[in-house]
Amino acid sequence: MSEGAARLSIRGVARAFGATKALVSVDLEACAGEVHAVVGENGAGKSTLMKILAGAITPDAGEMALDGAAFRPRSPLEARAAGVAIVSQELALCAHMTVAENVTLGREPSRFGVIDRAEVTRIARAALADVGRADLPLDARVGDLPIAEQQLVEIARALAGECRVLILDEPTSSLGRGDVERLFDRVRRLKERGATILYISHFLEEVRAIGDRFTVLRDGATSATGNVADVTDADIVRAMAGRPASALFVRGERTRGEAILTLSDLAGVAKPSRASLVLHRGEVLGIAGLVGAGRTEMLRAIFGLDAVTRGTIRVKSWSGAARPPLRLAQGVGLLSEDRKAEGLALSMSIADNVTLSHLDGLGPWRFVLPSRQDAAASKWMGELAIKARDASQAVIDLSGGNQQKVALARLLHHDVDVALLDEPTRGIDVASKQQIYTLISRLASDGKAILFVSSYLPELLGVCDRIAVMCRGVLGEAKPASEWTEHALLEEATGLARERAS
Amino acid sequence: MNALKRVTGLTRRAWFGPLVALVCVYALFAILKPDTFARASNLTTMARQTVVVAIAAVGATLVIVHGGIDLSVGSGVALATVVIASLLKSGHGPIASSLAGIAVLGAAGLATGAIVTRMKIAPFIVTLGSMSILRGVAKGVADEQKIDVDPHGLDALLAVPEHGPFPMGVWIAIAIAVFFAAVLRYTRFGRHVFAVGSNEATARLCGVEVDRVRIAVYAIAGLLAGIAGVMEFSTLTVGDPTDSIGLELEVIAAVVIGGASLSGGEGTIAGSMIGALLMTVIKTGGTHLGLPNWVQEIVTGAIILAAVAIDRARKSRTR
Repeated sequence: MSEGAARLSIRGVARAFGATKALVSVDLEACAGEVHAVVGENGAGKSTLMKILAGAITPDAGEMALDGAAFRPRSPLEARAAGVAIVSQELALCAHMTVAENVTLGREPSRFGVIDRAEVTRIARAALADVGRADLPLDARVGDLPIAEQQLVEIARALAGECRVLILDEPTSSLGRGDVERLFDRVRRLKERGATILYISHFLEEVRAIGDRFTVLRDGATSATGNVADVTDADIVRAMAGRPASALFVRGERTRGEAILTLSDLAGVAKPSRASLVLHRGEVLGIAGLVGAGRTEMLRAIFGLDAVTRGTIRVKSWSGAARPPLRLAQGVGLLSEDRKAEGLALSMSIADNVTLSHLDGLGPWRFVLPSRQDAAASKWMGELAIKARDASQAVIDLSGGNQQKVALARLLHHDVDVALLDEPTRGIDVASKQQIYTLISRLASDGKAILFVSSYLPELLGVCDRIAVMCRGVLGEAKPASEWTEHALLEEATGLARERAS
Repeated sequence: MNALKRVTGLTRRAWFGPLVALVCVYALFAILKPDTFARASNLTTMARQTVVVAIAAVGATLVIVHGGIDLSVGSGVALATVVIASLLKSGHGPIASSLAGIAVLGAAGLATGAIVTRMKIAPFIVTLGSMSILRGVAKGVADEQKIDVDPHGLDALLAVPEHGPFPMGVWIAIAIAVFFAAVLRYTRFGRHVFAVGSNEATARLCGVEVDRVRIAVYAIAGLLAGIAGVMEFSTLTVGDPTDSIGLELEVIAAVVIGGASLSGGEGTIAGSMIGALLMTVIKTGGTHLGLPNWVQEIVTGAIILAAVAIDRARKSRTR
């Protein structure tokens, strides 16, 4: 512990969303002039904690204090007024407005409602000087700037006015190597001027490069805290993982058949940069990795939703890239990670959603009879225990777990041979999760092939036959699940294992 | 029990509310003006007056359900009357002239679809442009004048019938409405139109050829605007390049009153037909009551707002 009183102190903060406990009890203490790294697996509660600090949501329990005074922001504006500012992963800038307008956005200096342009310029110039980029043109449109400079504009906005705590949420996720170094320089300068920086990251090498102290979150609670210099990377990884495996997982009898999907040196537009794998009938192959590693992009490239820039995809005896209609005809189906925006047509009925990709045989000639659609969907509703009034009910009325089962029922109705499942259990209740595990197991026993992308390591270890890890666009070698541990998967996903090997 | 289920199923239909409104408004005028408004011949008159909007609204329903919009209908109808009139004048037969008018608008619709999908320009902008272009072409072809011509029997389409309740044009409109209602409900194309409007990303995920669906929808809407143009020529019996200004808004209003959502994925042909009839009933009833035009316009506007507000309330209750 450093000598001075803590700048920011968090004690026992908890927050639940419905039945899900996002935060159980978080403690964190950070001093002035300190870069405090906050690390944890996907879903450990990092972003919920940051949203509470930024005033976007309020905690259910616990206490927070800023320089000894109670800190309970009820809105982002209150948090800003108290001196807490956040720069989130997705930049929140108005692309059509100028640099100066963005820096002063929401707190424009004005006289009788008329904006004081001279003052806007002064504030913006001072704030940009703080991040070491006084040279940025104040009247440039933010949308025209490269992404690294946009991020600096957002940091400058956070610094304009009094900023005591600056939260950087995975700031390097969209930056190149050189930009990361420059960002680190600026963070160090801010620190020297007495700011407290909460630095959220997945990457241990960044924590080591920039962090003074760290806090690890696991399952919504603080699992470790201390000086970065006092611990090894392995210590941090152990604090991040170490969850007991539960009896939730189902793995039936299966026999591995012939290869049905082969990727050779596949590359997409931005990600993945290199992916090779062989998926067999009767096999569940897991893909682990951090959010943004390129797993979703790989599935989309296979399915033909994203362009392929290099390498080959072979499905059964067909070779080469194909658009989704052809993939579906080949017996490949994709379950989207975003069921609301992509996976389901929410305003349409369960029957329409289940049958949409395969309307054949639902009427005489090539007609589609709604009654036959309902009958086909009802069969899957029974089999997957989808709770709904009837097949004509709109999908928007269903709970998350039931919606996900509707999306899965589409793949079953289509009778796909290769199921590309992207985070199939994200954001759904435990009972539905277990039903989905059972379903995956049954499909594999029936000789289907499943590519299972997940950020929840216990389920990958519990359900898959083999697991490969994707890190920064590169897919590693697939190894039997029994040879992996959560610890090893995390090391591979955070790039630690490869760094050590090189 | 089964009958009850059927009744509650009926009330859940999106067009049920507009239908109730139509019946009520009709009953109101019939009570106020039993001797003129409630006469059977008035029904025929109103049906004839609705034909142009109704046929165009069938196309607009497809466009709006699939998540688009078409502002060029009024200009298109005017262009069709001009094309038909000038062809008749140069000695072509009525059927050939009508088909040519329909084909011109079908081609315009095809172009709209191609621009929307290939150049990724919002349909509002594309059809705002084609609204002006088609109007300009109509004026150019007609030399900025009305084209007077012998209609060669086309006027009979919407003339007072010698026998039977409706003239041919009304039967054509009914046939078109029934046909496309069936297409939307019983064909894969219909399911795809709804899917594209409800969630384009999902449609792609399910292998729907989204661009092909879009182009087909605009082309069909163009053809139907052309048929509406034939009907308009039948009542005008001249080619008039300044005709039907603002028709597109009336058509969109009919579709929206009928329960369609401008963000796509929702709407029915039945609802749109009811919406078109509702507006005619208000206009005709207002005239029978001697209400000035401005009052009728205020009432029509209020009906549009009320229809959408009631639809919102109905949906938020079921969710």
